[in-house]
Amino acid sequence: MELYEGACELKLLQTLEGHTDRVWSLVWNPATGTAETPLVFASCSGDKTVRIWEQNPSPSSSSSSHSSWNCKAVLEDTHTRTVRSCSWSPSGKLLAVASFDATTSIWENVGGDFECVSTLEGHENEVKSVSWNASGTLLATCGRDKSVWIWEAQPGNEFECVSVLQGHSQDVKMVLWHPTLDVLFSCSYDNTVKVWADDDDDWQCVQTLGEPNNGHSSTVWALSFNKTGDKMVTCSDDLTLKIWEMDSTSMQSADGYAPWRHLCTITGYHDRTIFSVHWSSEGIIASGAADDAIRFFVEDKDGLVDGPSYKLLLKEEKAHGMDINSVQWSPGEKRLLASASDDGTIKIWELASLCTGNGY
Amino acid sequence: MVSKLINANPIVYEKKECRARSVPTAMEEYADLNSYYHALILNSHHGNTKKQLGKGIIPSCKIHMVEEETLEGGPKDIKDPKHPYSLEELKVIIEDAIDVDDQQSYVRITFTPTVEHCSMATIIGLCLRVKLLRSLPFHYKVDIRVVPRSHASESAVNKQLNDKERVAAALENPNLVDMVDECLAPSYD
Repeated sequence: MELYEGACELKLLQTLEGHTDRVWSLVWNPATGTAETPLVFASCSGDKTVRIWEQNPSPSSSSSSHSSWNCKAVLEDTHTRTVRSCSWSPSGKLLAVASFDATTSIWENVGGDFECVSTLEGHENEVKSVSWNASGTLLATCGRDKSVWIWEAQPGNEFECVSVLQGHSQDVKMVLWHPTLDVLFSCSYDNTVKVWADDDDDWQCVQTLGEPNNGHSSTVWALSFNKTGDKMVTCSDDLTLKIWEMDSTSMQSADGYAPWRHLCTITGYHDRTIFSVHWSSEGIIASGAADDAIRFFVEDKDGLVDGPSYKLLLKEEKAHGMDINSVQWSPGEKRLLASASDDGTIKIWELASLCTGNGY
Repeated sequence: MVSKLINANPIVYEKKECRARSVPTAMEEYADLNSYYHALILNSHHGNTKKQLGKGIIPSCKIHMVEEETLEGGPKDIKDPKHPYSLEELKVIIEDAIDVDDQQSYVRITFTPTVEHCSMATIIGLCLRVKLLRSLPFHYKVDIRVVPRSHASESAVNKQLNDKERVAAALENPNLVDMVDECLAPSYD
């Protein structure tokens, strides 16, 4: 498919209702979307529940547009306040859920039913994000108490806190592990992104990406890595997206940690806070913002500037009736995107080529 | 041990030391805030995409100063609350400070807290936000700011007031919701 402006359209496949309050985030189960396993994702809401959604398997593998989605489970009666975000373990068997009630719950899929098998306590107030590392051995959480916690998964669904990381000066909005390395990234109301790595189980902040590094000038709400993990994109209340790359030419530090540096800033496209950003495996960056629009960006290989730049591929205005809090590309072959909004709905979209009249 | 979210709202409790105390004066008449705002939205001129509105006073917002216990150390004495101030007494005046853009479904409110009081500004801002949330159609975007140079921590207050996640968490604190509801109650009569 050609990736230039005007070459694609965003088709709405389905609008999913069910939550009774705003939907804050959604995450695809990474172990789904194969020939044997239909796509599954989890959504988190101000209604204090998590909903699990599954695509009905369709008879023809090419007709993703014709398959519908159902809510398979509602994880309720556990959290007493907003459920803010969640994260699937790499195997897809466990779901960690972060809540404003200051706890993180761990759920296990037991033959189609979800059971809460563990509750992690420790944060002083709202937990805002949770993330599993690539091997499923570590879990990270963060929250308004400005701290980042690292937990080790033990047998029997036990979790042991191995580190409480202080460093951010404000509310931490999101944590995310690097896709391959055991390096943790956090972004915050303090306008910075911090990078945390361990030296023999001693976790430290090894880098801070702030304004002096061409960083953001307001709250950083989210970050996402490209497929190979050598680039990341961050989004902010400062109305920009920033692209960063791992500077592999300077692997000079003692612990072998390669620092990140600013590559470019995508500015002038958003007029309100950008809450979510996600980089697809093909290199398409999707953003969800408080102006109810979804935007797609790709690298501009024909750009005339020195160094990489990014261009707008498509803008879907009024994608939802209210703020968009989360956008996530699905795993698997199809170019499916799910979006979650303050309007209480989730929408499933397909980014498709425009029909040129020459056939497919 | 699950910590109780007594102190869940940073807006109220962080700047405790700024709490002002003075003798309450007589209450003013409360006007109907609800119809006031509807008038703002509905009475824009045709053809104008942006309407600058004249002087307006937010009437009818009673603020009760309440101290609550904190998480650290032992619980403090809960002081006898209630020195109610109306916003008129605090002279929270909006002058040329309500921008309503009907085409974009956007409202910006800029208010002056003449009492330079950290927690007061955020409480007032929160009350404004709740009132607008309950009065405006759901698709309106609202920005709430303090008038530039009217407050020592202007950018910090603005940032907190416009962080949707922080506002949402604050409004899950029943104590704070009660306070806001009490402040806004006269405005629904």
